[in-house]
Amino acid sequence: MSSDSSSWARALVQISPYTFSAIGIAVSIGVSVLGAAWGIFITGSSLIGAAIKAPRITSKNLISVIFCEAVAIYGVIVAIILQTKLESVPTALVHHPESLRAGYAIFASGLIVGFANLVCGVCVGIIGSSCALSDAQNSSLFVKILVIEIFGSALGLFGVIVGIIMSSQATWPAKA
Amino acid sequence: MYGWEMLSFNIHDGFLEAIVRGNRSGLLTAADYNNLCQCENLDDVKMHLTATEYGPYLQNEPSPLHTTTIVEKCTLKLVDEYKHMMCQATEPLSTFLQYITYGHMIDNVVLIVTGTLHERDVNELLEKCHPLGMFDSIASLAVAQNMRELYRLVLVDTPLAPYFSECITSEDLDDMNIEIMRNTLYKAYLEDFYKFCEKLGGATAEIMCDLLSFEADRRAVNITINSIGTELTRDDRRKLYSNFGLLYPYGHEELAVCEDVDQVRGVMEKYPPYQAIFAKISYGESQMLDKAFYEEEVRRLCLSFEQQFHYAVFFAYIRLREQEIRNLMWISECVAQNQKNRVHDSVVFIF
Repeated sequence: MSSDSSSWARALVQISPYTFSAIGIAVSIGVSVLGAAWGIFITGSSLIGAAIKAPRITSKNLISVIFCEAVAIYGVIVAIILQTKLESVPTALVHHPESLRAGYAIFASGLIVGFANLVCGVCVGIIGSSCALSDAQNSSLFVKILVIEIFGSALGLFGVIVGIIMSSQATWPAKA
Repeated sequence: MYGWEMLSFNIHDGFLEAIVRGNRSGLLTAADYNNLCQCENLDDVKMHLTATEYGPYLQNEPSPLHTTTIVEKCTLKLVDEYKHMMCQATEPLSTFLQYITYGHMIDNVVLIVTGTLHERDVNELLEKCHPLGMFDSIASLAVAQNMRELYRLVLVDTPLAPYFSECITSEDLDDMNIEIMRNTLYKAYLEDFYKFCEKLGGATAEIMCDLLSFEADRRAVNITINSIGTELTRDDRRKLYSNFGLLYPYGHEELAVCEDVDQVRGVMEKYPPYQAIFAKISYGESQMLDKAFYEEEVRRLCLSFEQQFHYAVFFAYIRLREQEIRNLMWISECVAQNQKNRVHDSVVFIF
């Protein structure tokens, strides 16, 4: 396959590792923020409606919004970490196997963080919306649902941990 | 697709859903009803209601109160809430909310037509109409002599027009065929509403189809019981049942041939959800059946609040309010007429 000059395998190898790194960083922050924003609007619209009849829930339920916000912060942190992994290598070494590995590692770590945080943000948002509605009916439910929400937001952290470990694999060839 | 509405439901309807859930917490509780049942006169009733969400609507009413005033003010609150929801709603929720009022429209049409037949004053009849079922030109219903005119002059401009296709005849209106018209219209309305909910899909379809099936089955039983001993033939009776629900189609065949209440009971006991209802009432008794059905309906409506991200809460909330207004009417009547021992005959506790 790789000998065929127009195959997909060859195309992938020919793409610059810097392209992969840049896409990885962009996905890690962009998709995380998408998840956080989605979660905040799911929570927010329910929270505003429920607060009309039960104004006491607003300040407590801001915690749900903050949990969603945290998801975006994970994305920012990982994007910064990935960004520090970028190093410039001489043109001759750009397609060196080690450079390719570094590029793929940053790309994959960005994907992991981005999509883990997308679903985490949506998950926390949906639970936060239910939390606001049930708190408005019965305030003793708030703490119980908050526990579920904490477990939901832990999902995003798993992605962050694996992403960071994976990005530590990204070493570029030494400048010789 | 089931489950995915969680992602997108709140874009248009999250705010309103939260509001309707907030309104639900304002429904009268069993404690409120106990207080109301102990009232000595209508002013006491008013005093208790002022402490609830009905307060602003009742507090400025001058003292010799009538049952009708209380009911009218409570209905006004429901109408205000409905209008508020309607203003905030976007498609397809606004269509869904409109569907809820069609039932009242049918009742109003029937009320006016029957009233005119018995030579009652139109303005007096208009006051009795349910405000949710009002439409322009409702007053001109009084001029129609038969179904065809009724349709051509008035109803062709209303949302009820498509439901009329099955019952346009040139016969003169009389009590019997007005009642048949009501049930035919209601059948067409329920089937249309059912199809609309199926089209919405997801949790809305799941819950609403269940609620509407119950409604259809309840109507089928009521039609059967009310038509026992009348000149309605079996085929005509069969035609009035809605073509969906738990009883459709085999239960309908059996109901169509029933000759007395105990036979209806025999048919219904084959269906487990209805077996429980009929187990509550003794043989040969049909008066308590209404209450038993209402209780089951309220139970199902309350359950719909257990799920999130669907439209059935709007339907359930309006239905529960209507039930509450019926309860208040009954309580005030009992209090006004000093019949307090009969209060519990028809009050259905919601919570």
